[in-house]
Amino acid sequence: MNVLLDNFALFRHGFIGTVVLTAVSAVLSLVLGTLVAACRVSPVPPLRIFGTVWVTLLRNTPLTLLFMIAVFVAPQILFPGISYFTLAVSALGCYTSAFVCEALRSGVNSVPLGQAEAARSLGMTFSQTLRLIVLPQATRTVIPPIGSLMIALTKNSAIAGSFNVAELFAQQKRLSEIGYNILEIFVWIALAYLVITFAISALFRLLEHRLAVAR
Amino acid sequence: MKFRAAAAAATAVLALTSVATGCSSKSGTPDANPATGANGSPAPKTPQYAVKSGVTLDSATLKRAQSRGKLIVGAKADQPFLGFEDPSAGTRTGFDIEIAKMLGADLGFPADKIEFKTVDSANRETAVSKGEVDFYVGTYTINDQRKKQISFAGPYYLAGQDLLVAKDNSSITGPDSLKSKKVCSITGSTPLNRISDKKYGASVVALGKYSDCVKQLEDGQVDAVTTDDAILKGYAAQMPERLKVVGKPFSQEPYGVGLAKDDKALRGALDDALKNHEDNGDWKKAYDATLGLSGTPAQTPPPIERY
Amino acid sequence: MSAGVLFDAPGPKARRRNRIYAVAGTAAILALIAFVVLRLQGKGQFAGYMWDLFQYAGIQQRIEDGLVATLKAFALAAVGSLVLGALLAAGRLSDHRAVRWVATAVVEFFRALPLLILIFVLYASVFAPFWALVLGLTLYNGCVQAEVFRAGVNAVPRGQTEAAYALGMRKSQVMATVLIPQAVRSMLPTIISQLVVTLKDTSLGFIITYEELLYAGRLVASNTVTRGGYPYVPVVIVIGTVYIAMCLALSALAQWIERRGRRSRKGVVPVPAEADAVVAQAE
Repeated sequence: MNVLLDNFALFRHGFIGTVVLTAVSAVLSLVLGTLVAACRVSPVPPLRIFGTVWVTLLRNTPLTLLFMIAVFVAPQILFPGISYFTLAVSALGCYTSAFVCEALRSGVNSVPLGQAEAARSLGMTFSQTLRLIVLPQATRTVIPPIGSLMIALTKNSAIAGSFNVAELFAQQKRLSEIGYNILEIFVWIALAYLVITFAISALFRLLEHRLAVAR
Repeated sequence: MKFRAAAAAATAVLALTSVATGCSSKSGTPDANPATGANGSPAPKTPQYAVKSGVTLDSATLKRAQSRGKLIVGAKADQPFLGFEDPSAGTRTGFDIEIAKMLGADLGFPADKIEFKTVDSANRETAVSKGEVDFYVGTYTINDQRKKQISFAGPYYLAGQDLLVAKDNSSITGPDSLKSKKVCSITGSTPLNRISDKKYGASVVALGKYSDCVKQLEDGQVDAVTTDDAILKGYAAQMPERLKVVGKPFSQEPYGVGLAKDDKALRGALDDALKNHEDNGDWKKAYDATLGLSGTPAQTPPPIERY
Repeated sequence: MSAGVLFDAPGPKARRRNRIYAVAGTAAILALIAFVVLRLQGKGQFAGYMWDLFQYAGIQQRIEDGLVATLKAFALAAVGSLVLGALLAAGRLSDHRAVRWVATAVVEFFRALPLLILIFVLYASVFAPFWALVLGLTLYNGCVQAEVFRAGVNAVPRGQTEAAYALGMRKSQVMATVLIPQAVRSMLPTIISQLVVTLKDTSLGFIITYEELLYAGRLVASNTVTRGGYPYVPVVIVIGTVYIAMCLALSALAQWIERRGRRSRKGVVPVPAEADAVVAQAE
């Protein structure tokens, strides 16, 4: 019997699950990461402290523990009945946002000093400098590291499989419990992840080419 | 910078030492496992089992255990009254644990020569077929699919799938009242697959441990937990003022002892041991001291299927 | 560019505005924290009986055993991944095409695979939980470290290699005496960041019932019943603090080494390699 053909619906379900989970968490992490990065470079000390604490806490906590917090603690703080997909997305999104923030910040650091100075001498405010001058240039340098982060996010999303999100890892567990040979399942699951991660690196290479400018 | 590093190091040292030394630590157990019966009478004691000596069998598993000098038994750790590990004392209690001790005694291993190893439901076949455990006693339903990978001795208990709900829940009365309710069970378990059936219309939540499910039930994340009544009664007895079992079993779950496939000698010996302890009254005493505490009287043990 | 360059020294108006932002920001953050604390308080999570369990010797022992198990797996995996990383990096920099291809294939394959799945498969096919975890961590992090080493070697200015060859050194000599010492020094912060990842990832062991710190925490939380139900919240707070403290200690080591490296000007000036560190850590 062939694992893939016999259980194609399961594999497809898991594949789509992983893709959707990754995509939604990616959007959340990029938005949160940008906000936190703005906090970390802002002229307002409490916001800077908030940014630093956010990054330090999230970067040094195992993702599995974050999932436990999301599933077992968050419903007590907010309200019961939050969907597991939402909880998984918030755990993954918050975790990755800390890394996105640091990638953006080092991107900001890579923009030549004169650029921001010139912007300031033209009378631009902090948010104008950031929005019009620094971030557009930083974007180019941070595309490759953000790409790697999104690949890492894809792989990290497997943890959600143990917390009631139907994605590839959950299907692997399910099939191995039904009694299929674990190595046979593994080949197809691994292939599915390879497809997703290669697609992401291709996408980011394309972005890199599109945004490249002669300096 | 310097300050930050120093502060971090100090925190680490503090955390470690406080865990390691624990200022003024108490011994014993926080009120984890009620030791009294449902009606408040003192709990009956678990029996002592006579240990056989000079057991020889043509079984690779037993020979391995004998040369090792101890028996390694797979069990659950988070099922009160069935397979439960007291986190502070490190001791195991429960009906399944008693069954394992009976079987161990008949194979020539006293209780202190039995090492219990926690194996979650999802990893049971793997652990047994790889020989990670000599045999497995932990709410293990005998079915044909599993028989392809491993063998079963027994059954030693007949459970049935039921529902655990909040004490004040009157809307869930059985599997047919689960339409669009959230029901939690363990990934890949028999009860989960059964409740996933479209005819019930339940929205199924799959987590790694029953205690995770019970925690989710307490938090209101799910409406019910479903699995074998034996397991659910244990939880209900643990938190009688908050949880109850619906009490309408809708399946038959014969519990067996999982062992390596085609180790016929060991299977026969385990079947004999079960029969022996069922006949001499140990089985009932063990039940009364564990699962019986939930208030449900002992059943007649199901007939052993020798195959 | 430091953050200070992004904005002018604030004038009276900007100072006033910043003060308003500061007050509003602080208020918002404090409100958020207060909300979380009050909600948990309302559910009785800070009551004495929820925290009582940490006073028992047996439970402290349990958590300590978990911590030791975590550190044991981490120590083995750290050494293993560094050795494997060095070997694979050497493979990728080899002059023989076949060796290069094999090393590249290995590195790309294991880096593209979720560690969780790797560990699960190792466990489900052959290995005992401890070895499945250690081997999984070693394979995965070894491949990441290989890329870090390679980047470090490639970052040494070409002139150094050319000068060494001009002096008549063989390739192994160039590697051992010129490239690797400089590469290691410049990549040390990144290497240690990856070790922090390795430490965090030992927590994946709970999925295959390796009794590490997170597993011990879950067991303690699920097998203790207090008047307020299972003490998941206290356990998550305590276990989380221990993890954060361990990772911070390791990161502090990285920062200390980086500062020391910057002080000595003999070799390549160590680049902060921040972007790489960031990326490596997330994996």
